[in-house]
Amino acid sequence: MSESSNEKAASAPAMKGSTTARLLPQTRFGGPIPWVIAILIALVIIAAAGGLSLRNLADNARADLSDAVTVQIIEADARARSVQADAAASALADHPLVTSVRIVPEAELSALLEPWLGSSAASEDVPIPALIDVELTRRASASEIAQLQSALDGALAELGTSARVDAQSAWLKPVYDALSAMQYLALALIALVAFATAAAVWLAARSAFSNHADTVEIIHLLGGTDAQVTRIFQRSVLRDAAFGAIVGLVLGLSAVWILGQQFAALDSGMIAGGGLGLVDWLIIGAIPLAGVLLALITGRITIGFALRSML
Amino acid sequence: MTDRSTEIVKFDNVGLRYGTDPEVLSDLSFTLFPGSFYFLTGASGAGKTSLLKLLYLAQRPSRGSIRMFGKDMITLPRTRLPDFRRRLGVVFQNFRLVPHLSAFDNVALPLRLSGTGEAKVLKAVSDMLEWVGLSHRAQAIPATMSGGEQQRVAIARAVIARPQMLIADEPTGNVDPEMALKLLRLFEALNNRVGTTVIVATHDVHLLKKVPDSLIMRLQKGRLSDPTGALRYPPQPSVKPSVSKKDGD
Repeated sequence: MSESSNEKAASAPAMKGSTTARLLPQTRFGGPIPWVIAILIALVIIAAAGGLSLRNLADNARADLSDAVTVQIIEADARARSVQADAAASALADHPLVTSVRIVPEAELSALLEPWLGSSAASEDVPIPALIDVELTRRASASEIAQLQSALDGALAELGTSARVDAQSAWLKPVYDALSAMQYLALALIALVAFATAAAVWLAARSAFSNHADTVEIIHLLGGTDAQVTRIFQRSVLRDAAFGAIVGLVLGLSAVWILGQQFAALDSGMIAGGGLGLVDWLIIGAIPLAGVLLALITGRITIGFALRSML
Repeated sequence: MTDRSTEIVKFDNVGLRYGTDPEVLSDLSFTLFPGSFYFLTGASGAGKTSLLKLLYLAQRPSRGSIRMFGKDMITLPRTRLPDFRRRLGVVFQNFRLVPHLSAFDNVALPLRLSGTGEAKVLKAVSDMLEWVGLSHRAQAIPATMSGGEQQRVAIARAVIARPQMLIADEPTGNVDPEMALKLLRLFEALNNRVGTTVIVATHDVHLLKKVPDSLIMRLQKGRLSDPTGALRYPPQPSVKPSVSKKDGD
């Protein structure tokens, strides 16, 4: 053999895929790893769908409430309450931060309170505060809310009364906080499952490497490079991970669909805000791909470390 | 043909020990030249296989220096070892065939690892299997083959890529005398026509007589016996091997 042909061999291209695949015996999904990956990916899909749904729910609630305030006027006398409400509404309508003002009709208030107070909610026996829904041009800061309160106090001072401005987002803050906590919980679950997936692939790759150490050594001694050996194992990892990803996707989507049907049956306006959009479905669809990528990277690193222990 | 004036292997004061055990090879200093035919002899446990492992780059020595193909193998990064391993053909003592691959795929392995196209692989491997009398067993896996058949597959795999150096550990131990002679003639042909340096470890003294121009390396308790000085002071190309021939006879 000439020197030039040796140099050519040393820098030769990689084996073809079909040839590479034959160097390790092919198992037919007999091992547990594809199924473990399938279960883990299904869990990630469920957690991600839950997290995205909670995010949508919180965002919709915020959008509805964050740029609005409620003005409450407490006055036992109905006529005086009505005059004060008109004065307050008039003062608010002139404020640059306000886009619309609506005095909630007493009939509407009575209807809202009827489930708790019964028919007496509509009687004069139980004084009900006047409520004014105020839409703002944007989400107001605490100081802007204070300015609004101040303007209102100035307008009502000559009537000898006052009103209270409630930012609706403020009293919903605990709800937002709870939703955020659940989103973080979903993220943590996804991170843990990703870690578990990597650990499963690491164990499987180590085990496969140990089982085929003799073949790997032969390939090395015949001039095989680390890259060629890694490619052989990566094909195996890719096949198992792809199978697990497809099965996991089907399982996960089935679970999400069933849960979605259950929540939809509640027929609640708040729950409806948690529906998944196109981007959400694209994110969920990317999870199996991310799982396969994670498995490939983990497999590559694992085999790389194992090879370094050989000459 | 390779330039015979340049050493292909140079051992200098090489020692090898496994773990904390005593040295299995000690103070080995010798030079191998391209195109020569060497027999490595010695009793069982003398260190023949250990020496071959150093030669086919499966082991690094505990001390000393080894140069092969003009490169220092001690300091060579492991990532560059495949370049040099592809210049070698190795017949392992226990064959070391890949158990789930057919005879054809085992023989094709060195070519495929070096990126040879499948058309060339098909032709070369078919010819080689025919030469070693295994055409009819091309699709057989090692477990279904006799020891002799496995050995012929191992030899075919070692020579298929026309290596610069062929290292064979007891290559004729499991074949009948007729096949042993045929395989030896294959080694000689590689040696004479392609210029492959051949190193054959063997117990078979009759084999030594079959290659008249061969040099003898004898290992005794991990030390190389070189009574004629043919290894330390190798013959010039013009007076190739005959100087030290048949030291073992």
